[in-house]
Amino acid sequence: MFYREAGDFKTSYRDDGQTFPIRLDRWGYYALLAVAFLVIPFVIDNYWANAILVPFLIYAIAAIGLNILVGYAGQLSLGTGGFMAVGAYAVYKLTTSFPDINIVIHVLLAGIITALVGMLFGLPSLRIKGFYLAVATLAAQFFLVWLFNKVPWFYNYSASGQINMPERSLLGQVITGPGTTPAAKYLLCLVFAVAVAWVARNLTRGTIGRKWMAIRDMDIAAEIIGVNPLNAKLTAFGVSSFFVGIAGALFFAVYLGAAEVGEAFGLNKSFLILFMIIIGGLGSIFGSFAGAAFMVLLPVLLKNVLVGGMGWPTDLAAYVELMIVGALIIIVLILEPHGLAQLWRLTKEKLRLWPFPH
Amino acid sequence: MDQLLYSAEVVLNGLMTGVMYALVALGFVLIFKASGVFNYAQGVMCLFAALTLVGIMNGQVPFAPLLSAITGNRIGTFGFTVPAALAVLLTAVVMVGLAWLINMLILRHLVNQAPIILFMATIGLAYFLEGLGDVMWGADVKVLDVGIPQGISESVEAWTHAVFGYGFFIDRLDIVAAVVATLLVAALVMFSQYTRQGRAMRAVADDHQAALSVGISLRFIWVLVWSIAGFVALVAGIMWGAKSGVQFSLSLIALKALPVLMLGGFTSIPGAIVGGLIIGVGEKLFEFWVGQLVGGATETWFAYVLALVFLVFRPQGLFGERIIERV
Repeated sequence: MFYREAGDFKTSYRDDGQTFPIRLDRWGYYALLAVAFLVIPFVIDNYWANAILVPFLIYAIAAIGLNILVGYAGQLSLGTGGFMAVGAYAVYKLTTSFPDINIVIHVLLAGIITALVGMLFGLPSLRIKGFYLAVATLAAQFFLVWLFNKVPWFYNYSASGQINMPERSLLGQVITGPGTTPAAKYLLCLVFAVAVAWVARNLTRGTIGRKWMAIRDMDIAAEIIGVNPLNAKLTAFGVSSFFVGIAGALFFAVYLGAAEVGEAFGLNKSFLILFMIIIGGLGSIFGSFAGAAFMVLLPVLLKNVLVGGMGWPTDLAAYVELMIVGALIIIVLILEPHGLAQLWRLTKEKLRLWPFPH
Repeated sequence: MDQLLYSAEVVLNGLMTGVMYALVALGFVLIFKASGVFNYAQGVMCLFAALTLVGIMNGQVPFAPLLSAITGNRIGTFGFTVPAALAVLLTAVVMVGLAWLINMLILRHLVNQAPIILFMATIGLAYFLEGLGDVMWGADVKVLDVGIPQGISESVEAWTHAVFGYGFFIDRLDIVAAVVATLLVAALVMFSQYTRQGRAMRAVADDHQAALSVGISLRFIWVLVWSIAGFVALVAGIMWGAKSGVQFSLSLIALKALPVLMLGGFTSIPGAIVGGLIIGVGEKLFEFWVGQLVGGATETWFAYVLALVFLVFRPQGLFGERIIERV
């Protein structure tokens, strides 16, 4: 009844092409941003920041990155964990080498470094496709993790082989290291997440996004109508890795504080983020957020129910969680291959007609 | 001279490891050829088969950890052990049942989906099976002993010492694995060449629609192929399990079958074997010559990078069918 285009007159092409053409959506979006920026920072506590909101925002950034590569450009990658590790180690090396430069610049630089590495590993995508490429990206995953483990220069020759984030501040607020307030962590990640989502949304609906989608749908046909596959594939790898690198940098610097590469950025991380975009919806920015929220909340929920509620041992609960995640992936692929985003779209379609059935 | 002989030993050991990789890769190829599904879960199927085998042999109660958690009582074993041969048979039955369930519950509902969707579904299957194996049989590292001889083969060492003046260390288990792999491949070739079902299987691999039109039941063939792949997974699981214990890392070793396949080509059984041997020898030699210089443990990634570099020059692998693309 309220969710209608009717009465919401667009007077320019700009208005007509906006992301939220329906007024209620627009208000909802602004209200959400207002709550996220103006309310949550004042009520957030340590548990909510560390267990839910900060990992959610960081995974959402990584999921947007992977979604650009897999969902928009159609190049399946299993190397996300490795690329996140590049971002993490890049920000670590940069901030320990140049402690005076602003950490935000370091995070962005880490993204750029990851983008370059991603493009390097994306080069074979011009020759190999589909499963072959997926397995080839495993090479990136295993090689990068091995590299950060075996070359002491990357972890500044520390005895434990770990990297530890020193304390850095921004605008007089401590934002990394042990003394950080939950609100500061949350706000930093929120700013990055909103910026990444905004950039990704505008890239994917512009020329370059259309090129990616053309390559995804059929690369030979795209090439014939004048899309340069070299350009399209490499930019997809570059942009995707840039976001994934930022996520990796934040994951290490803000969320973990100390990291060991095999544990924090192993193959499981790659799959976790792949699952996020499958469940959330391939080729959808909203889906990346939804999937990240789902995969962050599910373990918390299961842990509360199985360990807290029913008193099961933690390891058993972890295996049951594996089963549930695996089964969910299969169920989502069977019932709704386009994920939570498609459910959201269907809901909106229904809402526009409500209260009439047709 | 010693260095050379030592390298020869490394090559030989690499060949033996390669046979093990080929065993896992074989399961992938069978399924991919017949149903076009790239079964990521093959490695976990090896783990699951090995876990089930050990569980049955030790007379463990299935789902013991789960049942203990629910009822609050300690439930452990039935209190008897099952002889190895019978346990292998029972595990084979379990794997056939699993193949049937996978077809009924998953593949049937995903007919006509894009291959990449099927691939991701098998990743989900891999997670599910991994959790299921742990919940059913417990996650502790288990020793698998089905009576395969283990340890260094003294006769080979004595013989090579007499001939070359340098004794080769070769694990007897590896020799058994090589023999078993040869027999398995021979049996598979015989099956697909000389039996009715084998011919039907090849027909399906060639062309689904043509096979359907001459009255071959796709559904039956897929169950058959997954069962055979389950059996191959069982054999591979026994070999790997006897070699390094039954534990989660088994499924990571099995993941190495992927670069093996890429090298050999997804659709070729000889490709799986040759690819396995090349990767086995390659990674051992690389570790031996280069690994020491760069800090070791290169085996974790060498296979993947080798396959990646190789594919850039020959995208369909060594024996794969030529990829022809049309709009």
